[in-house]
Amino acid sequence: MDSAVAAARAVEAGHEVVGVHLALSRMPGTLRTGSRGCCTIEDSMDAQRAAKKLGIPFYVWDFSERFKEDVVDDFVAEYQAGRTPNPCMRCNERIKFAALLERALALGFDAVATGHYATIEERDGALELHRSLEMAKDQSYVLGVLTQEQLAHAYFPLGATASKELIRQEAAQRELSVANKPDSYDICFIPEGDTREWLKEFVPSEPGTIVDLEGNEVGQHDGHVGFTIGQRKGLRLGRPAKDGKPRYVLEIRPKTQEVVVGPESALEVSALAGSRFSWCGKAPENQGAFFDCEVQVRAHGDTVRASAAVVDGELVIRLAEPLYGVAPGQTAVIYLGTRVLGQTTIDRTEMAQAVNV
Amino acid sequence: MAIFLDHASTSPLRPSAKAVLIDALAQTGNPSSVHSHGQHTRELLEIARDQVASAVGCNRSEVIFTSGGTESDNAAIKGLWWQVTDADSQRRVIISASTEHHALMDPIHWLVEHEGAELIELPVAGSGMVDLDELEALLEQRHSEVALISLMWVNNETGVITDIERVGALARKYAVLAHSDAVAALGHVPIDFARSGLTAMSISGHKVGAPIGVGALIVARDAKPVSLLHGGGQERSLRSGTMNYPLAASFGAAAVEAVAEMAERQARLDVLRDRIEKEITSRFPKVQITSDGANRASHNVHLIFPGANSDNLLFLLDTKGISVSAGSACQAGVLGPSHVLIGMGYDEQSASSCLRITMGYTTTDSDVDAFIAAIEEIYPQAVAASPV
Repeated sequence: MDSAVAAARAVEAGHEVVGVHLALSRMPGTLRTGSRGCCTIEDSMDAQRAAKKLGIPFYVWDFSERFKEDVVDDFVAEYQAGRTPNPCMRCNERIKFAALLERALALGFDAVATGHYATIEERDGALELHRSLEMAKDQSYVLGVLTQEQLAHAYFPLGATASKELIRQEAAQRELSVANKPDSYDICFIPEGDTREWLKEFVPSEPGTIVDLEGNEVGQHDGHVGFTIGQRKGLRLGRPAKDGKPRYVLEIRPKTQEVVVGPESALEVSALAGSRFSWCGKAPENQGAFFDCEVQVRAHGDTVRASAAVVDGELVIRLAEPLYGVAPGQTAVIYLGTRVLGQTTIDRTEMAQAVNV
Repeated sequence: MAIFLDHASTSPLRPSAKAVLIDALAQTGNPSSVHSHGQHTRELLEIARDQVASAVGCNRSEVIFTSGGTESDNAAIKGLWWQVTDADSQRRVIISASTEHHALMDPIHWLVEHEGAELIELPVAGSGMVDLDELEALLEQRHSEVALISLMWVNNETGVITDIERVGALARKYAVLAHSDAVAALGHVPIDFARSGLTAMSISGHKVGAPIGVGALIVARDAKPVSLLHGGGQERSLRSGTMNYPLAASFGAAAVEAVAEMAERQARLDVLRDRIEKEITSRFPKVQITSDGANRASHNVHLIFPGANSDNLLFLLDTKGISVSAGSACQAGVLGPSHVLIGMGYDEQSASSCLRITMGYTTTDSDVDAFIAAIEEIYPQAVAASPV
């Protein structure tokens, strides 16, 4: 629905618009048609219907091969390494605003427009990405990976809208029948949204032990994949903790097949760092000196005050307020006010309490 | 309106077919009814039947009107399979080829999965020609196990012509049933069902300038395929359902006209086809004529454009107002590599870098000029936009 309304607004703004539906997932079982990209037929038909209502041409483009290499394989590799990936960020970084954009530019287009809730503003001759007007639906986080060059060819018509409800009303007014479909928050390539099951099927991992902070074995698991830092449910521990309080996953160690659990207080993180970072537009003047900012580690998570700097090739973010349960592999996006300054994939976290095992 | 060079996908409604259709729609009467209303529309239906019979060289009783080529293929393949296997359960082999249209392949695959059929695919040469020597050898060895042979007369993608009269002769010699999908052949190459030796043949209306929604299955008088539809018993009990006399009448008129002007039209299109191939390959020597060396229908141009994805080519041509096609799109609209090219031995890349340009009775010299000019401009751009 968001992309349909975004397209409608782009048309109204006088742009020459073409609707493209991306076929991203592969169907390994389909014999005669080979292994080309496929997608939900309903989604594709809804998109086509919306495009025709708006009077724009519509095509379906197959990016399944790139998607598998750049998003799905990365997803699998990160989980295997005991990290928690964010495939939507990789998709924006490598497919929507990369592979798709490259192809679009080569075919004579100027930009890729999407229904993301975010805004691009120009300040002092440079482009900046900002949060959308409605904080609750803000999706600037998932666009935090974009570079200046990508921003120059991106267009987000919905960002300046005050609420999602207004968008839904607009969709209904424009008779874009997709207005009645529920939003999907699941990972698009995992059917039914059952990530654990999918991971069990596609990511091999060995059984191992669950240990507490003292190194005692407190349980067994049949594969480290599917556990994430901060997880409380599904641990199936036999004995309760000495203090009677719930235990959370603190660390995943693929090499020894161990999963470390402990109290909530041990989840408290005081700093984050990562070497795979990027600036969303103009980089800060003096990157080496810590500057005040805010950091967000989940798509719809809390933002906390922090200070950041580039130290020895890492973007280091020191939290002024605690965050609980941050997993390596997640993305930290740093903000200056409403502006997205940059992001890093988290390689390591510094616990407020060190884990001594 | 854009230039239409995709006649193999559907052909513009012929004015004569349209006139007959509109006329027939104004009549009322179920052709099965006893009264004068029914007799009147029955007559329209039977005139159409005669017309189709004359267009394909069969007996009027051998024409069964259907909803189109896909239904005809399903009715023939499944119906004849059940006819044969009911009488002789040892016959389980179906002989076809990997380059056939899905309307023919999918019913066969269904029979393999659900009815225990064994599919043997004849080898296909790099030119697209089906190996009929191999068919002969296979029949020599295993004819008592064969339930059915099913092959297209003309390949809808590449235009390659199969010597169906040889197939039919072999089938008769070894007492095996043969079916041909002549959907892409009617109106493009001479068809004589009586001489072919076939037991059944599928044809489609909208490929020759009749509306979508009508076709025919030509079934030899002595064949008794099991019907897919049970009901009122119309059309020799092979196709129950109220006979669609307006569509049948339209089909009859279109078929007769298409066959009448065929020789002259194909000769004219042959010249245009040669021109397209010559000019494009001389401007871009890397471009390949997909079925070079094969016996091909004159209205079909099929080319491989190395380095350029089919969907980029189609998109750019679409922006220039030129409609052609490539491979086949699935229900979701995703273009995949052409299974026909893969069956011919081309790799996936080549099979994803092709275009099919099919001309028809409305095609003009300036259509061809426009296509050639467009390709000269967009081919390099399509290469730039396609993944390495």
